[in-house]
Amino acid sequence: MTREDPGRTVPPTGPEAPPDTAPGGGPAPPRAPEGDALSCHGLRYAFGETRAVDGVDLAVRPGEVFGLLGPNGAGKTTAIRCITTLLPVPAGMVRVFGHDAARERMAVRRLLGYVPQQLSADAGLTGRENVALFARVFDVPRRERAARVDQALRAVHLTDAANRLAKTYSGGMIRRLELAQALVSAPRLLMLDEPTIGLDPIARTSVWEHINAVRAATGMTVLVTTHYMDEAEQYCDRVALMHRGRIRALGTPAELRSALRTRWARAASGDSAPSPLPTTPAPSSDAEPTLEDVFRDVAGTGLDEQSGDFRDVRSTRRTAARVG
Amino acid sequence: MSGAPAAPQPGSAEPTVAADDLQLLLIPPRPRTGWRVLTTRVIAMCVVELQKLRHDRTELYTRAVQPALWLLVFGETFTRIKAIPTGGTPYIDYLAPGIIAQSAMFIAIFYGIMIIWERDAGILTKLLVTPTPRAALIAGKAFAAGVKALLQAVVVILIAALLGVAMTWNPLRLLGVAVAVILGSAFFSCLSMTIAGIVLTRDRLMGIGQAITMPLFFASNALYPVAVMPGWLRAISTFNPLSYQVDALRGLLLGTPSHLLLDYAVLVAAAAAGIAAASSLLGRLAR
Repeated sequence: MTREDPGRTVPPTGPEAPPDTAPGGGPAPPRAPEGDALSCHGLRYAFGETRAVDGVDLAVRPGEVFGLLGPNGAGKTTAIRCITTLLPVPAGMVRVFGHDAARERMAVRRLLGYVPQQLSADAGLTGRENVALFARVFDVPRRERAARVDQALRAVHLTDAANRLAKTYSGGMIRRLELAQALVSAPRLLMLDEPTIGLDPIARTSVWEHINAVRAATGMTVLVTTHYMDEAEQYCDRVALMHRGRIRALGTPAELRSALRTRWARAASGDSAPSPLPTTPAPSSDAEPTLEDVFRDVAGTGLDEQSGDFRDVRSTRRTAARVG
Repeated sequence: MSGAPAAPQPGSAEPTVAADDLQLLLIPPRPRTGWRVLTTRVIAMCVVELQKLRHDRTELYTRAVQPALWLLVFGETFTRIKAIPTGGTPYIDYLAPGIIAQSAMFIAIFYGIMIIWERDAGILTKLLVTPTPRAALIAGKAFAAGVKALLQAVVVILIAALLGVAMTWNPLRLLGVAVAVILGSAFFSCLSMTIAGIVLTRDRLMGIGQAITMPLFFASNALYPVAVMPGWLRAISTFNPLSYQVDALRGLLLGTPSHLLLDYAVLVAAAAAGIAAASSLLGRLAR
């Protein structure tokens, strides 16, 4: 398959998201910093002694697909939970289209479409009922509800299965259904936490293609976490590599790779003192580094020892088990 | 270029979406405000509950077994023994409102387990990222429990009618019964969700649920009048909303003397306090 860059029609700068009044009413967003879709300033969150997120700065531009990468336990999910207002953060740390996640929770939530890591569709309801619930809780008026739910289901190609119970869906279908649930409220920032975890390769591709198609059609911004480096490489405009609560590198996949190639070349030519993190034995200098190599380079050694505690792994396994 | 919503890629396979097919998904819905937020969220949760029951009624039937046994075995036997002073009403009649309240309470007590399950499954997490204040979410769950308990109550009332219990069929009184059942279940589901917010795991809550349901049941007037209780039990019963619920149900269904005004006042206050307590602890389930 020749799919280097499928559906990447929107340049990283993104379509100018209509600068109209942000939902939530009121005056224009208070001094939105350069109109970023999402900005985090020194985002920190600790569970007791464990600093899960330890000073994250990032800015997601409108219209881009931004990947937050890292192993289990890197702090990706905690960061997502801070951004989605699930975890309380002090004012000024997180802004979504200019709205502060601490002070304007409801306004932020109206801008977000959120798909958590677990398969969160209600198995006891049909696909259509699952989507209709989210239309209701996002205040879609009754006269427009059915049409909107239909459009959301059509966008993820679940129209035919809409009246079946979600427990009969495959893992990939459930992910698409969750996408429809998130889309029905016309969010401007779609937050996907490990959307392809536990899925087989075909379903993974399908989920990504739907994300891309929807992004292309609506111009919404997408923030996605994953620990599959290949996916990030293929589908994300920019990525941030996260490790132990901090962002270790940020840029387009190509930028990160070429930066590492330069470092390898320098190491191979033998000049200068050893860099602070000479963890990856540089292979032959002409080899093309992958994003995974970049990650090993910035993260250092011992990755497999502290990646994800028991609870992370258990919940990941549980998700995988439900995906079947 | 960038402004135009992307022509479909010839290369990428099927899931291209025609932009005009999605125009509604580009317009955010107008936010509702004030009380309408609460009512729409409560309706949304109740609709979900009814939809689930429509797809799978097993629980409704299996949960009818226990109240049927209570009425059939316990009720019939004690009617014959005449050991409990009921003021002239046959014991099985006296018992029926108590069993209605009990079966509604048993359903409601399971709501805390459900909310933990929904947390683990990500369903709750996702609802918490919608523009739904926590109190509205809990109120929605509480009244959904009420709706489910109401359907259960209908089943128990039919069983009681089959066993020959003489109950009123006055629609106004039945409406009062429905309100009492819903309020009582709202309180007990909030009690359970409050404990869920404290203990955070299903296993612990299951144990606590088991531990409190029977005492709540026995320390009420569901099986016997308050008058025959020892003083300490009577004191507990005074603080048990189940007693007020049973009192209201008995007064409405059988026409026995009751304190309807006090009963409803206590039930409303208990439900409101329960919603407040459970929603203040909901954040603990979110992290």
